[in-house]
Amino acid sequence: MRTGAQCVIDGLKDAGVTTVFGLPGGAVLDLFDTLSRAPFEFVLVRHEQGAAHMADGYARATGRTGVCMVTSGPGATNTVTGLATAHMDGVPIVCVTGQVPSHMIGNDAFQEADTVGITRAVTKHNYLVRNVDDLPRIMAEAFKIARTGRPGPVLIDIPKDVQRAKTAAVFTGDPDIRSYKPMERGHPKQITRLAQAINKARKPLFLVGGGVIAGEASAELTELARKAGVPVATTLLGLGAFPETDPLALRMVGMHGFVAANRAISACDLLVSVGARFDDRVTGKISEFAPHATIAHIDIDPSAISKSVETHIPVVGHVKQVLQALLLEVQSVDRSGWLTQLDEWKKQSPAAYDVHSKVLLPQFVIEKIYEVSKGNAIVVTDVGQHQMWSAHFYKYTQPRTFLSSGGLGTMGFGLPAAIGAQLGRPDKRVVTICGDGGIQMNFQELVVAVEHKLPVAVVILNNGRLGMVRQWQEMFYAKQYSASILTPDGRPANERMADAKPGKYLPDFVMMAEAHGALGLRVTRQEEVVKALEKAFTATGPVVVECIVAPEENVYPMVPPGASLTEMIQSMA
Amino acid sequence: MKHIVTLLVENKPGVLARIVGLISGRGYNIEGLTVASTLDPEVSRMTIEVPGDDRVIEQVTKQLNKLVDVIKVADLTAQRYIGQELVFLKVAVGEEQRGAVMDLVGVFGAKVILVQPNSLVIRLVDEQQKIADFLDVMKPYRVQEINRSGLIAMAAD
Repeated sequence: MRTGAQCVIDGLKDAGVTTVFGLPGGAVLDLFDTLSRAPFEFVLVRHEQGAAHMADGYARATGRTGVCMVTSGPGATNTVTGLATAHMDGVPIVCVTGQVPSHMIGNDAFQEADTVGITRAVTKHNYLVRNVDDLPRIMAEAFKIARTGRPGPVLIDIPKDVQRAKTAAVFTGDPDIRSYKPMERGHPKQITRLAQAINKARKPLFLVGGGVIAGEASAELTELARKAGVPVATTLLGLGAFPETDPLALRMVGMHGFVAANRAISACDLLVSVGARFDDRVTGKISEFAPHATIAHIDIDPSAISKSVETHIPVVGHVKQVLQALLLEVQSVDRSGWLTQLDEWKKQSPAAYDVHSKVLLPQFVIEKIYEVSKGNAIVVTDVGQHQMWSAHFYKYTQPRTFLSSGGLGTMGFGLPAAIGAQLGRPDKRVVTICGDGGIQMNFQELVVAVEHKLPVAVVILNNGRLGMVRQWQEMFYAKQYSASILTPDGRPANERMADAKPGKYLPDFVMMAEAHGALGLRVTRQEEVVKALEKAFTATGPVVVECIVAPEENVYPMVPPGASLTEMIQSMA
Repeated sequence: MKHIVTLLVENKPGVLARIVGLISGRGYNIEGLTVASTLDPEVSRMTIEVPGDDRVIEQVTKQLNKLVDVIKVADLTAQRYIGQELVFLKVAVGEEQRGAVMDLVGVFGAKVILVQPNSLVIRLVDEQQKIADFLDVMKPYRVQEINRSGLIAMAAD
């Protein structure tokens, strides 16, 4: 006979879990008591949102399922943003939450929340365990659901009495869930149709998304693109799926995509989305998206087909299997005219910034991160301008080396996700690039990096602004900088700061780093950047590098919201 | 246009909430909903009436299919199907109107299922158009209350 708590720990062990992130509380004390004797590492976070993002970063960096464990009520609600982030980007997580005892559910008990109700819309599936006999099966099902199909977060809510109850139930093998049968194999006829379309196309283009990385299909994609001579553009989450140093790489598309990539979409005659779901930040105005192209879409999720862009050749299946099948049918075709055209566009409009600037620019810092890391780091971004610059000024050549909250756009993701990534990939250097706004949202987790002696480089590009908000206000809201300025200068009258001295900035990130037990460095000039980064990249523990950068730098190119991909603003001048 | 979506789902707590949440979360109103178990007591059949354009409903059915507890989804609107609904009407009738009302009950193949001194409860099971017609002709009488079951439907083939 095992307790429910023991069933959970055994279920995690059976799923091959080696690291669990979490924070205890009253309703999970039984689970944590058993956990203290578990054969895997536990990482105590400082806020449950951090646990969810760490599990997420761990999963994105390793391809394994991230696990977090928190208490009922506020513990569970604090994970909601992290679960939603993972849900949007298709990241496998199993989140175990404690719940008040069964007989108290619905009575407004202490630390009670309707966790399955609250998380229904931000998980792939969730369970409220009412009978301990079900628990071994539910553990196995949760991991299966999280990992297969389009991956996603699964939550298991376990009342305290169920954790304590005893059961003889065991579960082994692959759970058969009659209502859950993800389509793993693409239809052979559709694959042949797609192969023929690729062979026939004069101006084909692959649009590669996060599905290629989640499906471990980067090698197949690269081989296919090279064999068929098809250029490759990627979405934000597709960065790293195809080497950006390859001559066929057009790099990122979309609102802040490269000019050549966006023009390629508008000019191609066949667009093959490979695990990309046509997010609105990718397509711009739908009616003018890829106007000359036949649209093909390979996706494991049938609901992604024709969701926003009408698809002519859908292939539902596991991307790896579909690409392997395509490889047998595509021919090498000479498309030198198309590729020459794309090369010209690439040369005309590379990622650029003012290299003669006397002021430290954020783009310069990211270029130096690329140089110092030799392009071998795992880059974890937060959300905002620096996220886009990280896509522009660093070249990704390996899958799972660019981690970012793409769908939900969660500020505060960067630092905890970087910690999770570093724990999962001790063989790699992890650097998180953050803005001064987002880093403050989960700064407390730096303690975890210190405690575990994780050599995460935390680069803060401090422009004293909520930079992307400020950019939109400059471009589309007549420069009314409402609530986007973190220094005293230039704030609207109703946001006045007491004791305002020009340039005053709070908090002091170097002192913050030191207060958390990490090394903090502040960089204000270009010539200091490399030295600080080298120090961070050779340290044995976390180093915070705060770079004071130009306050009003904008991300270009930019497709204004609702505009077509051909309408790129390339500068304000 | 109104769509008739029928689902086979696991008969478990929370399943209805998932389905309703998915539809209402997109701002669509459910006009009718019936749920009951099937020959397999672990499986329930749902019939949902939801207005929306074809593209949106196609998306909704795909998303419903994605829910782990949903076994099968079909939009019956595009195929041949039979669909009927049950309605109760409580009508206040005095002696002088009773005959006329009973005539209409007969014409529509309805049935009086409760007779009280000053009122009748009438039951009609039929297609929704017939029910609408019946409610129409009953308008001159004092209908105090109605209760409709919502449609249950089945594909013809």
